[in-house]
Amino acid sequence: MSSDSAPAAQEPDILATHAPPPGLAALFLAFARMSLAGFGGVLVFARHAIVDQHRWMTADEFNETFALCHFLPGPNIVNLSMVFGSRLRGMAGGVAAFTGLLLPPTLIMTVLAIIYARFGDVEVLRRILAGISCAAVGLLIAVVFRMMTPLVRRINVVALTMMLGVFVAIGVLRLPLQAVLLVAIPVSIGVTYLMQRKVAA
Amino acid sequence: MSSENPVWALISTFGLMSLFAVGGAAAAVPEMHRIAVDVHHWMTDKQFADAYAIAQLSPGPNVLIVTLIGYAVAGIPGALAATLAMCLPTALLAYYVSRLLNRPSQSRWPALIQAALVPLSIGLMAASALILAQSTDRTIAALLLTATVAVIASVSRINPLWLLLAGGLLGFAGIV
Repeated sequence: MSSDSAPAAQEPDILATHAPPPGLAALFLAFARMSLAGFGGVLVFARHAIVDQHRWMTADEFNETFALCHFLPGPNIVNLSMVFGSRLRGMAGGVAAFTGLLLPPTLIMTVLAIIYARFGDVEVLRRILAGISCAAVGLLIAVVFRMMTPLVRRINVVALTMMLGVFVAIGVLRLPLQAVLLVAIPVSIGVTYLMQRKVAA
Repeated sequence: MSSENPVWALISTFGLMSLFAVGGAAAAVPEMHRIAVDVHHWMTDKQFADAYAIAQLSPGPNVLIVTLIGYAVAGIPGALAATLAMCLPTALLAYYVSRLLNRPSQSRWPALIQAALVPLSIGLMAASALILAQSTDRTIAALLLTATVAVIASVSRINPLWLLLAGGLLGFAGIV
């Protein structure tokens, strides 16, 4: 968990050779391992294991697969496990990777939930959790700022307006997610399309 | 509604939510909060904030906050049902879509749609931060801790786990 090195983004594709596809047990174990290593996000560990360590995919293939999973709804890394596993070993491979990613941390979470239900009201634990919660919110704000930076730099007024609109609708007005997205997604796609056409013209 | 099996309520709630969770787990937090705290009263505001903190501190995908919500509603069956309902439908959707697009697409539509979705998911995450801050940052010291962590994490590449542990220590010491 100390190795916070940035993933090597550009590896020469000539050197990238595929290892033979892993068996189902190997897939399950590899995803279980990256999941348990992934404190505060599994993606970095997944990329390291799949591309660098096992050479099951090239860097480009990984980016392409991840982009698809990011574009689809749901937890990205969970989608990735299913898509990735099935590309190597069909549906069974997808299920093996999915189960490996989710089973061990779900068991840990269930144990933590039992502990919380039993001791959640103990004063010391209350105070510790309160402190952790404050820090966790700070981390979330930092992620929001990092993701906003490119939009602010390019003074992308349309994107910033859409962002602010969703923030107010969900965070302040507390409107239901489905209703907000049913409006926001078509509007954002439409406006982005018009803007790109204007730039291209 | 109240006579319904709570496990079924969990499955239908999270199964539907996962299909609308564009932008990953952090983007779904406001909706989880709205459903679990405001609509169904499965948890208190404070319990939800605790669940978020525990999920951040634990290994595995952060979406597993649903495991904690599920357990609070219906014990171990609830924990497993909520987890599967949140993860399986979109994973299957991803499986079928990836089979459809088995070749790299040259169309500009994927890039355009992604560009259109990015600001929405940032807005959703900002809303998560606001909703969680309202239940955790009730004192000046707590607010200061959140702000300090936000600044440190924005300008450095420190492992987030250290900041969470520091928050826990300050809480233990009774400072926040």
